[in-house]
Amino acid sequence: MNFDFSEEQNQLREALVRLLDRTYEFDKRKQIIASAAGWSGALWRQLAELGALSIALPEQHGGTGGTAVDTLVVMEALGRRLVVEPYVPAIVLGAGLVARAGSDAQRARLLPRVGSGEHLLALAHDEPDSRYELARVATRARPDGAGFVLDGKKTVVLGGGVADTLIVSARTAGEPGDPDGVSLFLVDAAAPGVSRLGYQTQDNHRAADVTLAGVRVGGDALLGPAGDGAALVEHAIEHGIAAVCGEALGVMAMLVELTASYVKTRKQFGVPIGSFQALQHRLADMLMRVESARSMTYLLATTVDSADAAARRRTAAAAKAMVSQAGRFVGQGAIQLHGGIGVTDEAPVSHYFKRMTVITMAFGDADHHVARFSDLMERGA
Amino acid sequence: MDLRYTAEEQQFRTEVRSFLDSNLPPDISDKVLRGKHLQREDWLRWHRILHQRGWSTPNWPKEFGGPGWNAAQQHIFEDECAAAGAPPLMPFGIRMVAPVIMAFGSRVQQDRFLPRIRSGDHWWCQGYSEPGSGSDLASLRMRAERRGDVYVCNGQKTWTTLAQYADWIFCLVRTAPDRKAQQGISFLLIDMKTPGVTVRPIYTLDGDAEVNEVWFEDVEVPVDNRVGEENQGWTYAKYLLGHERTGNAGVGNCKRWLKMLKHIATAQTVGGRRLIDDPRFRDRIAQVEIELMALEVTTMRVIAMELAKRAPGPEASILKVQGTEIQQALTELMMHALGPQALPYQPAALDAGFAGPLAGPDHAVPVTGRYLNHRKASIYAGSNEIQRNIIAKHMLGL
Repeated sequence: MNFDFSEEQNQLREALVRLLDRTYEFDKRKQIIASAAGWSGALWRQLAELGALSIALPEQHGGTGGTAVDTLVVMEALGRRLVVEPYVPAIVLGAGLVARAGSDAQRARLLPRVGSGEHLLALAHDEPDSRYELARVATRARPDGAGFVLDGKKTVVLGGGVADTLIVSARTAGEPGDPDGVSLFLVDAAAPGVSRLGYQTQDNHRAADVTLAGVRVGGDALLGPAGDGAALVEHAIEHGIAAVCGEALGVMAMLVELTASYVKTRKQFGVPIGSFQALQHRLADMLMRVESARSMTYLLATTVDSADAAARRRTAAAAKAMVSQAGRFVGQGAIQLHGGIGVTDEAPVSHYFKRMTVITMAFGDADHHVARFSDLMERGA
Repeated sequence: MDLRYTAEEQQFRTEVRSFLDSNLPPDISDKVLRGKHLQREDWLRWHRILHQRGWSTPNWPKEFGGPGWNAAQQHIFEDECAAAGAPPLMPFGIRMVAPVIMAFGSRVQQDRFLPRIRSGDHWWCQGYSEPGSGSDLASLRMRAERRGDVYVCNGQKTWTTLAQYADWIFCLVRTAPDRKAQQGISFLLIDMKTPGVTVRPIYTLDGDAEVNEVWFEDVEVPVDNRVGEENQGWTYAKYLLGHERTGNAGVGNCKRWLKMLKHIATAQTVGGRRLIDDPRFRDRIAQVEIELMALEVTTMRVIAMELAKRAPGPEASILKVQGTEIQQALTELMMHALGPQALPYQPAALDAGFAGPLAGPDHAVPVTGRYLNHRKASIYAGSNEIQRNIIAKHMLGL
């Protein structure tokens, strides 16, 4: 039993903190999110130089062969600075899927360029009717000679606007909701028939709705075995959950720090408002929620690489439920304890709150994951 | 980072488990697993069995006759004992007074008291709270006036758990009433058989008499029974509180109750199906189970800090608050799982040898009493509000 981070992990964290202190101070971040692209290619290259993009990629494809704990270290650091660059969609979901499901040729073609920051991936999976149900895929992939023709609509594709290659889920068999019959395809985002509506999300990240109208791909575009896409996406989403849980630890730590420091300086009735027990206890409750979230995030980070799908599923549901609940409690508490200033755009706390809010809903909200955990409960015959 | 137990730790778990398999008397574990009342003799019998194996004082170092287990081994031991339905070891001697005697007691006190705590010959209780001194413990008023080589003690302690069974009580007493609250307190060991000591039961809302008032009227206590320096008792009491760590969470016990809850929810029916198949109720179980998973990992994080010799401080407060909140959630859910069957209240059916007629299923008998009884959990050992004060002060700097 060991909760320590390795020497390399500590060095990576320190390097990231130094980089982000320099490049991602609150006002600089404001410029980045206000820019037309909505993200910083320069920062992305610097993350690549630090090895942060390739940390969990296989060694034979330019990565370091790291684990979800390495990703956790990166995500927590990104969370502390509210980094909007598409790490989760491009690296955790996209590169992770290619690394786990791709053929040698696909891996060799994509992973080195993704790890070096030259190429961006995104997972185009959610649809207007899917909500959080992973097998509710209506997009179709019709065989066409050696290849396929894709038709359908994908919504809220994180990082979808800037992606070079989209990983698109589409049915090669079955009906929406069937666990089998979903296949994954590597689709050039610039291919004829692909149209993208890019937009900003409520936390100043970027996403896109993607329409596929008669998009032709070759047989070599198939990622993983035909029909197994839903299971592959499920595992990718579990990694996504582990990553945003890690990010949430950074976000929540900042929410607690900002709030604790604010109530120590803000005076009313002639004393710092942090001397009031009503506020102290609320902050103590926030801190306890963060520690529970941290525990579950560590548990998931050390489970999500396991081959035991049942353990992954159960732990991901528990962790996401816990982090979503903690994030809501901590985020709303932080705004409340800041009082009026907390609801202004100039106060960093409001930006942490918005990112936290999005994380609580990402990959399934608390209700969804409590119900999922509940449905997985052992309860005899 | 690796949350798995090491091979040695797993080996240790197997050793504990096989010991429990062959040595835990089934009549005792049956009482624990079915929520029946334990008698003094049940606790002592189990204590002596552990003593024979050298395991009656899991937290003690070898130099005082303990097994010298590290924090992980202690946790595994507790976890296995709870799962098997072993009675929890009484903390008052083993975990509360013994560490103070080890750290601050004289050689004579160590030789006299520690072996008897280990063997179970001395049952201890704790004399801290007073009617006017709960959360504000340092305001305590029980007087100990020095007359020659004795202290003459007068006053009242309260909420004294199982004082009716105890041979000895450790008390915080006021030896210098003119000094500031914390500075005039001494730590005394008092024989319960001393003339002038009276124990009066306090009946709690579940009808039980687990706690007591202990009255002291001109009780003469030899000065030799003072631990450490006169008027330094508060320092020793704080040291003791620092020793209260991961055990506060009660994870092993909670896991057993979670199992019990699922058992009840499987046996009860609603709308013609098992209660556990009702998603609305099952979601509530799921919610507590998730909290408990987190608490177990948090407990392990604190243990890892102890193993690395990084003294956990206020983290113990987190474990206390969250552990007791989960205990209360579980006892409440068990009651709600029973529905109308939670109403019959038959505490006599919890006693050994009960053969009368029973209303409702056997699994319902201990449930309501346990819910009522465990309202205490968020109040004792530093109320959860006091714990939040500690967290705010020491972890948030407020």
